[in-house]
Amino acid sequence: MKELLTLNNFSCGYKDGFHITGINFSLAEGTFTGIIGPNGSGKTTLFRGISGDLPISCGSVVFEGKDLSMFTLREKAQKISIVSQFTETAHITVEEYVLMGRMPHRKPFQFFDKPEDIDIAHHYMQLTNTYRLRDKSMTELSGGEQQMASIASALCQKPTLLLLDEPTSHLDITHQMKFMNLIQRLNDELNLSVIMIIHDLTLAAEYCDYLIMMKNGKIHKKGSPETVLTYENIENVYDTVVVVKINPVSGKPVVFPVSERKLKELNKR
Amino acid sequence: MWALYALALLAALFAVVILSLSFGEISIPYKKIPQILADKESMEYGVLFYIRIPRTLLGFAIGGSLSLAGAILQGIYRNPLVEPYTLGISGGASLGVTFAIVAGLHLLNILFLPLAGFIGAFTTIFLVYTLSLKKGTLSVNRMLLIGVMISFISSSLMMFLMSITAAENIHGIVFWIMGSLNESNTTMVWVMVVLSVVCLLISYLFVMPLNALRLGEEKARHLGINSNVTIRILFIITSILTGACIAVAGVIGFVGLVIPHIVRLFVGSDYRIMLVSSFLSGSIFLILCDIIARTIISPNELPIGVITGITGGVVFIVLLSRSQKRSKLLQG
Repeated sequence: MKELLTLNNFSCGYKDGFHITGINFSLAEGTFTGIIGPNGSGKTTLFRGISGDLPISCGSVVFEGKDLSMFTLREKAQKISIVSQFTETAHITVEEYVLMGRMPHRKPFQFFDKPEDIDIAHHYMQLTNTYRLRDKSMTELSGGEQQMASIASALCQKPTLLLLDEPTSHLDITHQMKFMNLIQRLNDELNLSVIMIIHDLTLAAEYCDYLIMMKNGKIHKKGSPETVLTYENIENVYDTVVVVKINPVSGKPVVFPVSERKLKELNKR
Repeated sequence: MWALYALALLAALFAVVILSLSFGEISIPYKKIPQILADKESMEYGVLFYIRIPRTLLGFAIGGSLSLAGAILQGIYRNPLVEPYTLGISGGASLGVTFAIVAGLHLLNILFLPLAGFIGAFTTIFLVYTLSLKKGTLSVNRMLLIGVMISFISSSLMMFLMSITAAENIHGIVFWIMGSLNESNTTMVWVMVVLSVVCLLISYLFVMPLNALRLGEEKARHLGINSNVTIRILFIITSILTGACIAVAGVIGFVGLVIPHIVRLFVGSDYRIMLVSSFLSGSIFLILCDIIARTIISPNELPIGVITGITGGVVFIVLLSRSQKRSKLLQG
């Protein structure tokens, strides 16, 4: 397996503010990676470090064997696409919005969209079920629909690495599953590498090949879902009592929460 | 669709130009225009060639430039209320021009005036931008307030300069403050026309970055756009446009606010069609305002800034009071 992304002793953060430090991990091409951890543990900061939105204070990011700081913005946009937690909208149609994803592949003086670009946009709009919304304004869509349009736009960049920041947060369970299945299919068929920040630990265990668990700006544990999602790790990082069992169908860990009342009852006994 | 918009605007521009050439103290029927232009001896030829044609050309260039500058600034700031006037850029430019007049620079070379206007405009845009950056993010409210304050400071400094200068300069300065398309120097008219068209063409190199900036600087960066470089170059273009306009025609406020706003309602926010439509509509608007300005109290003439100021101010208030509901629609 080819190395895709390696972070060596990576640190980054905000001016006089929160920093993540000493991050080391290496991902092979085609890996579906989940980043988990409580709020404020540095998941989004890590993303912003990889995407170049925050200056790196120490260490390096190596992408496809080359230091990421050597890439121009355009080259980076042709390889890595990022879907942020909140979709930035404007009064433009969904189709125009999705077509923006072709921006890194436009020729310098290309004025009109090529038919090929439009085909690609339509293809990903159909995959994400946003084709029916194509003439609507982005501002009229629900949060979930905006997120799907945002994914379609990101896929139009034809990336090798897709960074997703809490993509399922606005979705109901039907759309969550549809979405995760879509990403998994792209991961299988196109060998698209995915790094996803995800709060739902059970979904993370079910779909991800590799998990990175963050706590207080550091990696607490990394590895396969089975090794990361033990009740000891979860209780340690999230400060919550949970029970971990194995999903009888998939063989992956499932995390069950336990309420305070139940805990008190158990302790009395 | 885009071709249709462009054609319709060109046709409207042509019609307004004909109107502007025929209206005035001496009425010239439009059918006679080609005939008069052929006869160099007639009085009408003189009126057309030395008064109305330069004036109409100047209306075209200034209206287009101000509107283009407004459209670009609104794109950079993602806010429909910014334009050279509200950001204080016009104030800074007129301070520069006043300084040049008081110092007598315009007697050395007429091109010192646009240069001084540009320096004033650029200094203001730079100040407004850096002062409104708060922890790396741009606050639009702060920026508008700072713009207003810079306008105040500039006008105070202008009054100071006026109070210490010789009386004959004051007339010139007052003329600049009020704004007029009455420019006797034909070279300046042509410089302005060429400059405005060149700036329009240069701005077209940045339509895709502007389109991406509709989604914010971060998203634009993720799409491979170097927002910093784009914004800086566009700042320089808008400063050149505003500075030159003010040096030639004085302060003509709100064209850059009203026109891009209306254009956006019709053609949408895609800058590939937005920029050229704004330019042409700005030209049409200003030529029309000029026709009104010089016929309404004929034989006297109203300063054109009065007319654009009143229409623009009213539109600004309407926009501001509806902005809660509309701001999303206007952004981008």
